[in-house]
Amino acid sequence: MPAENAASCPPDAMHPEATTPPPHRTPLYPRHLSLRARMAPFGGFDMPIQYTGILDEHQACRRGVAIFDTCHMGEFFLAGPHALADLERLVTCEVATLDIGQCRYGLLCNPDGGVRDDLLVYRLAIDAFMIVVNAGTQDADFDWCRSQVSRDSHLENRSSTTAKLDIQGPASPRLMTHLLAEPIVDLRYYRFHENRFADQRVLVSRTGYTGEIGFEIYCPPDTALALWDACLAKEAVPAGLGARDTLRLEVGMPLYGHELSESRNAGDSGFSAAMSTSKDFIGATAIRASDREPQRLVGLALEGRRAARAGDAILSPLGANSGAVTSGSFSPSLGHAIALGYVHASQAVEGTPLLIQTARDRLPAIVVPRPFYRSGTARQPMRAFL
Amino acid sequence: MTPNDRRYTKTHEWVKLEDGKAVVGITDHAQEALGDITFVDLPKLGRTLAAGGEFGVIESVKAASDLYAPVGGVVSAVNQALNDTPELINRDPYGDGWIITLSGVDAAALTTLLDAADYESKITVRN
Repeated sequence: MPAENAASCPPDAMHPEATTPPPHRTPLYPRHLSLRARMAPFGGFDMPIQYTGILDEHQACRRGVAIFDTCHMGEFFLAGPHALADLERLVTCEVATLDIGQCRYGLLCNPDGGVRDDLLVYRLAIDAFMIVVNAGTQDADFDWCRSQVSRDSHLENRSSTTAKLDIQGPASPRLMTHLLAEPIVDLRYYRFHENRFADQRVLVSRTGYTGEIGFEIYCPPDTALALWDACLAKEAVPAGLGARDTLRLEVGMPLYGHELSESRNAGDSGFSAAMSTSKDFIGATAIRASDREPQRLVGLALEGRRAARAGDAILSPLGANSGAVTSGSFSPSLGHAIALGYVHASQAVEGTPLLIQTARDRLPAIVVPRPFYRSGTARQPMRAFL
Repeated sequence: MTPNDRRYTKTHEWVKLEDGKAVVGITDHAQEALGDITFVDLPKLGRTLAAGGEFGVIESVKAASDLYAPVGGVVSAVNQALNDTPELINRDPYGDGWIITLSGVDAAALTTLLDAADYESKITVRN
């Protein structure tokens, strides 16, 4: 998607071309301007890429606490007697086994196994769910879901009235304990509960896109503004989409439009935890078929600081075409460049040496396990951070 | 803010004559536009560059940009410190963040480049 690419890697920052500002702004847009953030289009929104610098913002999240405006994400609500059955057909992950107060990562697929979006499914009640989708895909997602759900299911797009902040990093549990009315100590990974901030109801989810312990907070826009201000007053570091991208890449998480797309069978991505092997869902047959294109997503470590970028070709050591890079960057935590990309299945083996053809050079790379960065705190017990 | 002791290109490099050699770097505006710099591809010593010729590439976390020689000459030194600390360019673009020096430079060629005031008005107009 062009919008995703624009935020991910401008072709030439010293010699940019003029761009038209996108139509949407988040409720925090005035805050970004007053912080003098560098803004760029992403998923149809004018979003902050960085405030002071990507490296500082990245390290703030790994070592302290960072706050991200993620209001651009889309929130759908689905309820009704057939809501569960509808979702089981729509998404790749198991839904029936979710407890109330639990969420799960899944994919929204086409019948051919291509990925329309990746998402989180939250079980709010026995027959009520929240679905959180990407910004650039939300209109098409909503139309698709509406075309697929039962007549008596109530599907609503509440994206414009639902704000979202991600508060992430080892210091985030203390900050949230300070700001929220109800204790969070018992909130486990991929669980959520209703809490209160300044007497306003907020949904607090122990999830994130950074690999660090942290929270995704859903609330009305006014509450998000107050929460943003309260977090900054307690020295949370505002972080933009630039750091969000390097943080997620270091822990091997996919970015829709890069690792996942409609033109690529979800099965090739290897995100097997997101895909049920037993239930029937849209795309299941194609995903489980054995005659898929023989490519697999792998992690690649480069020797030096020079980064491979999305679209660069991946070659065998003898120069035969193997696949392409989907995301690549200098890794601030590791001090060298890393990348995700699809390679021929026979080369998707740890330790395999490959070459990446960049615009100017061939860079040696080696297939490595994911996550690249292994010291993330996301799954550690909350108690250790309070 | 933009030093008066050197000349500038439309592509955001600076060049300064020092002891008969031309020192080359990128401007404060350029490093700001790039963001945190993570890699600089330095040319080989002895390479002959034409004015306006590409001599390397500079990368930040999110971007990459070509580097162009402000004047013709022979690469006589490269700033090796940039191999491990490319952020020197962010910290001190006009000083410790220099990139290369050129020898055999025609001093008159510098007069065809932008002076500090012209360069500043150029980046102000664009912003």
